[in-house]
Amino acid sequence: MATATSASSSAVNPWVGDSRAKRSKSFDFAFSWATFVAGWSTVALLCWIAVAVGYAALPAVRQFGFGFIVGTDWDTNNDVYGALPLIYGTMVSAFLALAIATPLGVAIAIFLTEDYLPLKVRNIFKFLVELLAAIPSVIYGLWGFYVVIPVTTPVGNWLNAHLGWVPLFSTPSSGPGFLPAAFVLSIMILPTIAALSGSALKTTPQALREGAAALGATRWDIILQTSLPIAASGIFGAAVLGLGRAMGETMALAMLVGNNNQISASLFAPANTIASLLANSFGEATGLEVAALMYLSFILMALTLGINAVAEIILERTGATTRHL
Amino acid sequence: MTTTTVTLRPNAPRDMDLTRKLRWRSIFSRGMDIAVGLVTLAALIPLFSVLYMVIRKGAGNFRWSMLWELPPAAGTDGGGFGNALVGTFFLVSIGAAVSVPVGILTAIFLTEYSLGSKSARLIRFCAKILSGLPSILAGVFIFGVLVATTKTFSMLAGGLALGILMLPIIILATEEALLRVPRFYREASLALGANRTQTVLKVTLPAAASTIITGVMLAVARAAGETAPIIFTALFTSYWVTSLHEPTASMAVLIYNFSGVPYDNMVNMAWSASFVLIVIVLATNIVSHLVGSRSK
Repeated sequence: MATATSASSSAVNPWVGDSRAKRSKSFDFAFSWATFVAGWSTVALLCWIAVAVGYAALPAVRQFGFGFIVGTDWDTNNDVYGALPLIYGTMVSAFLALAIATPLGVAIAIFLTEDYLPLKVRNIFKFLVELLAAIPSVIYGLWGFYVVIPVTTPVGNWLNAHLGWVPLFSTPSSGPGFLPAAFVLSIMILPTIAALSGSALKTTPQALREGAAALGATRWDIILQTSLPIAASGIFGAAVLGLGRAMGETMALAMLVGNNNQISASLFAPANTIASLLANSFGEATGLEVAALMYLSFILMALTLGINAVAEIILERTGATTRHL
Repeated sequence: MTTTTVTLRPNAPRDMDLTRKLRWRSIFSRGMDIAVGLVTLAALIPLFSVLYMVIRKGAGNFRWSMLWELPPAAGTDGGGFGNALVGTFFLVSIGAAVSVPVGILTAIFLTEYSLGSKSARLIRFCAKILSGLPSILAGVFIFGVLVATTKTFSMLAGGLALGILMLPIIILATEEALLRVPRFYREASLALGANRTQTVLKVTLPAAASTIITGVMLAVARAAGETAPIIFTALFTSYWVTSLHEPTASMAVLIYNFSGVPYDNMVNMAWSASFVLIVIVLATNIVSHLVGSRSK
């Protein structure tokens, strides 16, 4: 830096030499810009993902239009693609998982937010429930294949033999299918639902609980008539977020759902989901199949991001903080 | 004035009913107490079942040489998953190298430069949405923009796909950590003549460091176990990786590939790889939990 200006500047600030002050000022400027760019790059990345997937899907969109969504064939030999069995499989497995995980998750949340256990023990339990989310999806798949399927198959066959006239039990269980997939999926989304329901339950003002207790309410009178109604929308948000997670879950489903593009009402029939078809097909796909897979990806993205946006808005309003694990 | 007797609550229950109701309510309450406790215990059964199976089948077949040998050919004995271990390490490193700086800078922008503004809310919202992005779509995106254009599956592609998944975790964890630093730290620093950047780098970030490290470790643990985003970006190979631009093996894809084959040796290797992977993932989680709980 020029020494001529340094004299005048050090008269203003005798403690900092001019060149150093200038350097730190320009570094300050550069750093604040770097944070600005990084921040907006997150928004840009999300948009880029949506645009890139959408653009890659264009050939298939042109070829099949909206008929893709109601088409039932996925025929790579004749380049005919339809997504209905996959959308159906994704929805059914996700909702089944949600139906199992929501009541269990809320029960866990109640157990770990009410003062049942000393704080230290409670924290250990919380940590163990969080660990459920830490186990890699592919290991859940492996475990499901060797542990869950051998249990669900005879159960499914028994139900089919005795209650086969119910559409839900209308096929014998050949192993992979909705039931083991949904069961494993529910374990995977359980920590999310439990953690978020827990923070929703914590928003109940202590004064209301004490007031109810003073009126003679038992612990469960308080839970059912005070805490749960207040936490209801937060729990709903948690369930919606869990649904989004379940729909996007891939590896465990690819290993457990059976990879069969059919629509069956039976819980035991092998099926397929969007994510697991993507996992199994992308490696070797060429030509129009890639575009069709991109179209599928776009549908999955629209579904999950839409559901997540709704969940975040609900959770934001209820003040329950989202924990991301 | 005529006095009339007013019955305040004509339907008020008699004392006997109240006692009986109270007893029923107490029993119900106690029953539900037990029910939620049992549900919580039951929910942990899968955790212990997974750990038990992985230890029994994985640790049982485990040999130390697996850590540095190459995968076996179909139907042959021996071998290991050394290349997958190295591959996972490099893939996660690439992901971290991209996502940690961007994620921390983003969080700094959110809390130090634009706290409470509309743009901060939008970026935060996008980060949350991104954290809910199905992991396979990160792979689809990278496949579209990188694998399809370079016409090769590569370590770089796999690493970047993992980076997309790590980014929102790091942003949100760092943001939470920075928000927890008391305001007067910043005020004191600014009052002493430090500018914003100096305040951030020398006061706020160091104060939040341990919580940020927790977040980064959780992101690393998650990325190490992810399969879907790398299955068709990094793909898989039975050989050692030598460059950024060629297919790369990873623990997660090895488990997936080997679990569905009819060869016992390979299935056993999938279990052993699961064992090693779960040890890595759980150790990272436990250490980050300890670091995190100490900082609170």
